[in-house]
Amino acid sequence: MKIGAPKEAAPGEARVALTPDSAKQLEKLGHTCLVESGAGQSAGFSDEAYRQAGVQVVGSAAELWSGADVIVKVRPPSETETQNLSADKTLISFFYPAQSTALLEQCRDRGASVIAMDMVPRISRAQKMDALSSMANIAGYRAVIEAGANFGRFFTGQVTAAGKVPPAKVLVIGAGVAGLAAIGTATSLGAITYAFDVRPEVAEQIESMGANFVFLDFAEQQDGAATGGYAAPSSPEFREKQLAKFRELAPDMDIVITTALIPGRPAPKLWLEDMVAAMKPGSVIVDLAAERGGNCDLTVPDQKIVSPNGVTVIGYTDFPSRMAAQSSTLYATNIRHMLTDLTPGKDGKIVHNMDDDVIRGATVAHQGAITFPPPPPKVAAIAAQKPKEKPKELTPEEKRAQETAQFRSETRSQVLLLAAGTALLMLVGAYAPASFMAHFVVFVLACFVGFQVIWNVSHSLHTPLMAVTNAISGIVILGALLQIGSSSLIVVILAAISVLIATINIVGGFLVTRRMLAMFQKS
Amino acid sequence: MSIGIVSAAYIAAAVLFILSLGGLSGQESAKRAVWFGIVGMAIAVLVTILGPGVGNLEVILPMIAIGSAIGWYVAARVQMTEMPQLVAALHSFVGLAAVFTGFNADIELANVQSLDEAQRAALTGFAGILAHKTPVEISILRVEVFLGVFIGAVTFTGSVVAFGKLAGKIDGKATKLPGGHVLNAAAAIACAILLVMYCQGYGLWTLILMTLLAFFIGWHLIMGIGGADMPVVVSMLNSYSGWAAAAIGFTLGNDLLIVVGALVGSSGAILSYIMCKAMNRSFISVILGGFGGETGPAQEIAGEQVAIDAAGVAAALNDADSIIIVPGYGMAVAQAQQSISELTRKLRARGKTVRFAIHPVAGRLPGHMNVLLAEAKVPYDIVLEMDEINEDFPSTDVAIIVGSNDIVNPAAQDDPNSPIAGMPVLEVWKARQVFVSKRGQGTGYSGIENPLFYKENTRMFYGDAKSSVDKLLPMLD
Repeated sequence: MKIGAPKEAAPGEARVALTPDSAKQLEKLGHTCLVESGAGQSAGFSDEAYRQAGVQVVGSAAELWSGADVIVKVRPPSETETQNLSADKTLISFFYPAQSTALLEQCRDRGASVIAMDMVPRISRAQKMDALSSMANIAGYRAVIEAGANFGRFFTGQVTAAGKVPPAKVLVIGAGVAGLAAIGTATSLGAITYAFDVRPEVAEQIESMGANFVFLDFAEQQDGAATGGYAAPSSPEFREKQLAKFRELAPDMDIVITTALIPGRPAPKLWLEDMVAAMKPGSVIVDLAAERGGNCDLTVPDQKIVSPNGVTVIGYTDFPSRMAAQSSTLYATNIRHMLTDLTPGKDGKIVHNMDDDVIRGATVAHQGAITFPPPPPKVAAIAAQKPKEKPKELTPEEKRAQETAQFRSETRSQVLLLAAGTALLMLVGAYAPASFMAHFVVFVLACFVGFQVIWNVSHSLHTPLMAVTNAISGIVILGALLQIGSSSLIVVILAAISVLIATINIVGGFLVTRRMLAMFQKS
Repeated sequence: MSIGIVSAAYIAAAVLFILSLGGLSGQESAKRAVWFGIVGMAIAVLVTILGPGVGNLEVILPMIAIGSAIGWYVAARVQMTEMPQLVAALHSFVGLAAVFTGFNADIELANVQSLDEAQRAALTGFAGILAHKTPVEISILRVEVFLGVFIGAVTFTGSVVAFGKLAGKIDGKATKLPGGHVLNAAAAIACAILLVMYCQGYGLWTLILMTLLAFFIGWHLIMGIGGADMPVVVSMLNSYSGWAAAAIGFTLGNDLLIVVGALVGSSGAILSYIMCKAMNRSFISVILGGFGGETGPAQEIAGEQVAIDAAGVAAALNDADSIIIVPGYGMAVAQAQQSISELTRKLRARGKTVRFAIHPVAGRLPGHMNVLLAEAKVPYDIVLEMDEINEDFPSTDVAIIVGSNDIVNPAAQDDPNSPIAGMPVLEVWKARQVFVSKRGQGTGYSGIENPLFYKENTRMFYGDAKSSVDKLLPMLD
C-alpha cells in the first residue's frame, strides 16, 4: 500500500504525520511512502531527508491525495480535502467525531474508511498508538516552558552572592498526562510544585513525580476507573470545596497550569476572576484547556493577555505544534504503530479487522457506514478502584501510650513465660533422678543460648548457617564412637556405619560452608 | 586421657560451636566462624577417641578416613544450585546415625542386663555406664532411646524425600495417600502406644516396629509438602536432626552431644519460624501441606500480559539510573546467576545503581539466592533483604523479576481472598517499569494468578532466564 502524508493545510500547524524514521519502519511492513513537498519543513524534516529514507516526494497536494491509498494527517481534513477521498482510501488523523458530525457524514458519503487517532481506546495494548497522550505530554512540558518564558524569576531557589532567591511555586490542576508532564518539568526545573486532581487515586502518581498532592477532605470522591481514567463532572458541593481550596492557594502561587478537561463537555471553570486578582503581579497562568473554553475565567483562546493586576494568562491552543519536531516524531510513531496493527502480515496489505478492539474503537467510518460511537471495548481500561482505608495518623501522645502498653504486655508475657518455664523445670526436677537433671539443665541452657545466638544470624547467611549446623550435628559421631568398643558384633557394625556417615556429614558440611563463605565478597 | 580432661575439652568444643554459630552474624566474621566450628569438631572427635572406654580403633580410623574422603569429594563437586539437595541429604545421614546409635544403646542394654553382678562391675565404657543405672534411670533411658530413634527415623526418610524432591528425582508436587494426615496421626498414636510397651520391657520388636512407623511418617509428611514450602521443610529437618542428636546425648549421658543437639535444634526451629513468618503462614499449616482453604473467589484480573523483546528491555536498561533485580527459584533452575552477575557488572560499570532484593523465602533453602549470587561474584553489599529495600521501589526506574512469582504478587496485599493474602511481598509494581523474565504464561508452584503480570507498567520477557539475560548483554551500550 502507498502511505501518503500531505502538508497540513491548517494555518500555523507545523506538525507532520510522517517522518523519515517512521517511513523507514513502514517500509519494513511492506508499504511505500509518499510525502508532499515541504510537508516536514516546519517540523525540521527536509524533502532531502525524506528522499534519503526512500520516500517519494510529490509536488502537490492533489498528486498526493490521488497517489496514496492511506493518507496520514495530523489535523482533521478540511472540506476540500475530503473531496479527494474515495471508497478505496483510508484516512488516519485526529478527527473528533463527536464534535464534527458534518465532516464525518461527508467522509461516509465518499465511502472512505476513517481512523480517528483521538478515538484509540485507552487499553494497555493501545498505549503505543495513543496520540492524545503523546501530544498531551508535549503540551504539559511546553506549558511550563511558556510559563517560564513569561515569568520574571527563577524556578529554583538560589542563595547567591547577590542575595537569596525564593523558589517559584507552581500549581498544576488536573493530573492527566499533560498535568503529570507539567509536574515533572516544573519539579526538574526546581520549582516547588503542587498538584490537584478530583480523582484521589492519582495522588500516588503525583507524589511519584515529585509534587505535593493538594488533598481535599471530601467524603464523596470520584473513581476514575468507571470513566476509563478520565474525570467526570463533580457535584456542586465538591466544586465549592474545591474552589475554596484554590482561593486559599491563589496568593501563594507564582505559576498556575490548568489542564482540567471532561470528555465531551466544555472545560470546567476552576480558576475564577477573584483568584486571578488575588495572585501576585508577574504571576503566570497557562490554560491548557483554552481550546475548550478554558479553565480560567480570563482565558482568551490562542492569545496571551495580561490581567489588570499584572498576571499573564496564556491561552495558546497549539502547544504541540510549537514543538513540531518532537511532536511529529511521536505522532508519526503512533501512526506507525496503528499501521503495524493494520498490517498483521507485514506484507504491505491493510487488513481492517473490525473484531479488534483497538481498530474497531478508532474506526469512525468504514465501507460507507458511520461506525461511531464504538461498542464498549471487551477489556476494561483500568481495574476498578477499591476503597482504600487510610491508616489513622497517631498523635504523639497516642503513640507513646501505645508504646508503653506494648512494653508492658511484652514484659508481662516474658515474665509469664519465664515463670511457666521455671515451674515446668521444677516439676521435672521433682520426679526425675539427679543424673537426668544434670543433663537436662545443660540441655535447657543450650537451647537458650541457641535461641539467643541464632536470632543475630544475618538473613543472607541462612544457607551457610544450615550447612554449618549440619556439619556440627555430625556430632552424633561421638555416640557411635562411644559404642563401637562393644563386645557385640552387631553393635560394632551399626556403630561403624554411623561413624562413616557422620564423618561424611562433618567433613562435607564444613567444607561446603567454607566454600560458600569464601564466595561472599564486598564490592 | 582421663574423664576430667575429656570433660574440659568438651567445654572448649561447646564454646567453639557457639562462637561458630554466633560468628555468622556478618559475612566477614563468618569466615572465621567456620574455623571455630572445625576446630571444635576436631577437638571433640579426637578427645573422644583418645578418651576412656573407646575400643576398636582399627575400625574407627578407616571409617573416618573413608567418610572424610567422601565428604571432601561431595563438598568439592557440588554445584551451588544443588545446595538444597546436599543439605537435605546430609540431614538424612544424621537421622540414620541417630537411629543406629539408638538401636545400639538398646542392644547394649539388653546385653548388660543379661550379665550377672560380677561381670557388670567389670564393664567399661558405655556398657559400664549402663551397668550402673538404677531402674528409674533405665526407664528414662528407654524413653530417651525411643525418642532418639523416632526423631532420627522421621528425619531420615523425611530428608530422603526432601532430597528427592529438591533434586527433581521425585515429583515436587504435594502428594498424599488417601486418608492424608489421619494416617500420620494414627502412626504417631501407635508409636506412643509402642513407647509405653517398650518401657515395660516388651523387647526389641516394639522399637523396630516404631522405627518402621516413624519411617512412614517422615516419608508421608514430606511427600505432602511441595515446591515453595521446601525452605520450611529443609529448616525443619535441620531442627529435627538437632533434636535427634540431643536425644542421643541424653541416652549416652554425653553433655556435648546434648549441647550441640540443642543448638542445632533451636537454630532449625528459628529458621523455620522466620520462613513461615515470611509467608504469613503458621508452621502447622505448612506442615499439614498445601494452602489453606480459600475464603472467597479471587479477584478478577483485568488487562492482559504484554510481551517485550530483548531490545526493548535493553533500551529501558540503558535509560535507567536505578535498577533492582528480584531473583527467585527460576534463576536457580536456569542457572542464570552468572549471566545476571555479568549484567550487573556491565550496568554498574555505566554508573547505574543496581541492587538485588531478596525475599526470605526466595528459592528452596533459606538464604538460597544469597549463596547463588555470591557464587556468581555479586558483591554482597548490593544484595538486600526485603525490609531494607521495599521502600525504595517507588524511586526505582526498572525492576527485573527473574524467575520469582508469589513473592512479588500484589494480590497478597490487595486481595483479601487470595490464598497468600497478608504474606509480606516485594512491592516491585511500584517501580516505574517492571520486566518479568519467565518461561511461559503459566502460574507458579502455588497456582495463584499474579496480577503483577497484568499491570500497566509490567512487560513480560518470556524465555529461559539465562538465555534471555544473555541476549540482553550485547545490547547494552
